[in-house]
Amino acid sequence: MKKFTFNGLIGGILIAILLATAAIGLFWTPFDPMKLSFTARLAAPSAEHLLGTDEFGRDVLSRLMIGARASVWIGALTVGFATVCGTLIGLVSGYARGWTDGLIMAVNNALLAFPGILLALGLLAVFGANQYGIIFALGIAYTPSMARVVRGAVLSLREREFIEASRVMGNDELYTMFRHILPNCLAPITVLATSMFGWAILSESALSFLGLGVPPPAPTWGNMLAAGRPFIQQAVWLGLFPGLCIALTLLGINLLGDALRDRLDPRMRGLK
Amino acid sequence: MLRFILNRLLMALPTIAFVSVTVFALIRFIPGDPAALMLGDGAEPHQIAAMRTELGLDQSMPQQFLIWAGNVLQGDFGRSIVNDEAVLPLVVSRFMVSAEIVVVAVLLASLIAVPAGVIAAWRQNSLMDLALVGTATVLLSIPTFWLGLLLLLLFGLKLGWLPVLGYVSLADNVIGGMLYLVLPIMTLVIHEAGVLIRMARASTLEVLRLDYITHARAKGLSEGAVLWRHAFKNAFGPTWTMIGLILGNLLGGIAVIETVFTIPGLGRLMVDSIFARDYPVIQGCLLLVSLSYVLVNLVVDLLYPLFDPRVVAE
Repeated sequence: MKKFTFNGLIGGILIAILLATAAIGLFWTPFDPMKLSFTARLAAPSAEHLLGTDEFGRDVLSRLMIGARASVWIGALTVGFATVCGTLIGLVSGYARGWTDGLIMAVNNALLAFPGILLALGLLAVFGANQYGIIFALGIAYTPSMARVVRGAVLSLREREFIEASRVMGNDELYTMFRHILPNCLAPITVLATSMFGWAILSESALSFLGLGVPPPAPTWGNMLAAGRPFIQQAVWLGLFPGLCIALTLLGINLLGDALRDRLDPRMRGLK
Repeated sequence: MLRFILNRLLMALPTIAFVSVTVFALIRFIPGDPAALMLGDGAEPHQIAAMRTELGLDQSMPQQFLIWAGNVLQGDFGRSIVNDEAVLPLVVSRFMVSAEIVVVAVLLASLIAVPAGVIAAWRQNSLMDLALVGTATVLLSIPTFWLGLLLLLLFGLKLGWLPVLGYVSLADNVIGGMLYLVLPIMTLVIHEAGVLIRMARASTLEVLRLDYITHARAKGLSEGAVLWRHAFKNAFGPTWTMIGLILGNLLGGIAVIETVFTIPGLGRLMVDSIFARDYPVIQGCLLLVSLSYVLVNLVVDLLYPLFDPRVVAE
């Protein structure tokens, strides 16, 4: 087994910090993230408020912790949705081949012809701009990529001898599909799901920044940036910290994703 | 060659058909009477009745689609609920603003990033390679709306070199208009350069391992000739496709940049229309962006043989 690279390690640490922060935020934050305080409006970072306070005197660190929770939650549900739907569609399509495959892939490729964020915007217009609207919209927008990757893997796997053997042993198709084909698709699924988690967090914060995401006062990194924007000249920290959280999270996911790809994707071996 | 072109054109047709069906169907998925939705809250019953006839709501779905598609083909995208403007001219004028920014940004990013990626691959694992890849990975991890805010804070507010908010059309004032575009374009260039450096590097690495490169070197060609005349030509294909995808994705995702810099582009129009539930305008934006996405990718595909003639033979 090749050791994880230095980059992969940094990525892993960044993601671990994100997950830990989100988990701690479930039980404890330094201050009540919703509590207004008009005496402490736009207070600079200090020993009391480590990352300062916002335009309503709310503690920025506490709000970032709750925001981490929202990002992880929405990202995970979106990726979960796209992975489950995309994997099922890809499995069926690649395993059945023939006209079923042709039909599914025609629709799939047409969906891929939309830029993801545009499809999500269009769907948000239908579902309404809120947390679950975002999860559905992004989940549907990402499903076709997953379906395509899984189908590709299934197409090459189903020709292999051990699949033939499973059939000869009299296992039914469903059993062969889930017991033998699916586990062998896990590598490409993991690589894509990792990147998707990054796309989802980025898109969620972009949509929240636009005001189409989780509505205030519930904090997300995106809507904190949008709310802090008019005050960035007097209170730089309002424009700095939420963005830094998003950037570090994405960096962590990108580094981890690269490391996973190097390790799991045979095509990339020897390139690094 | 002609076969290749015809083939690609034909492949775009089902996509265009699907895109139009989806954009049409979107309004029909929203609960409520489409005619009332198209007219907004203040509509009188007789107006709604007239709209129902116009949309053909008493007819079957396929017929309704044909009525809609027929209108769109004649340039009738409906009227905005908010200010009764005709949708097509509105959407097109906003589109030009966004396209200006996106095209210039992608062009600049490619000019910077592609040579950088090729050089990084050429000196693989050197300090320069590590620095370039590291920078690229950091750049692509920075969300554009945050980068935009930071640049705005630095160059606009702290240093006061560039105008902070707003937009002046290039047609009205060339120099003044360009000043407003510097920061949004810079933001996009920095971000997309990160993506393109990595892409150009990966595809160049793949080519540099091949035998014909060893052969070219063995012939005694200079490293410059090996890299740019032999390796680059074959390695550019995937990067070229990526440039097309980025161009299309940016057209769809530019709303955040337009929000940061208060530019009246298509992305902002679409977001505002979602807030206002201005469905005819939403439809117009979706249709225009997705069709231009298809068109950009089509053009990219059609030009691909210039870099890699093998695709024509396949």
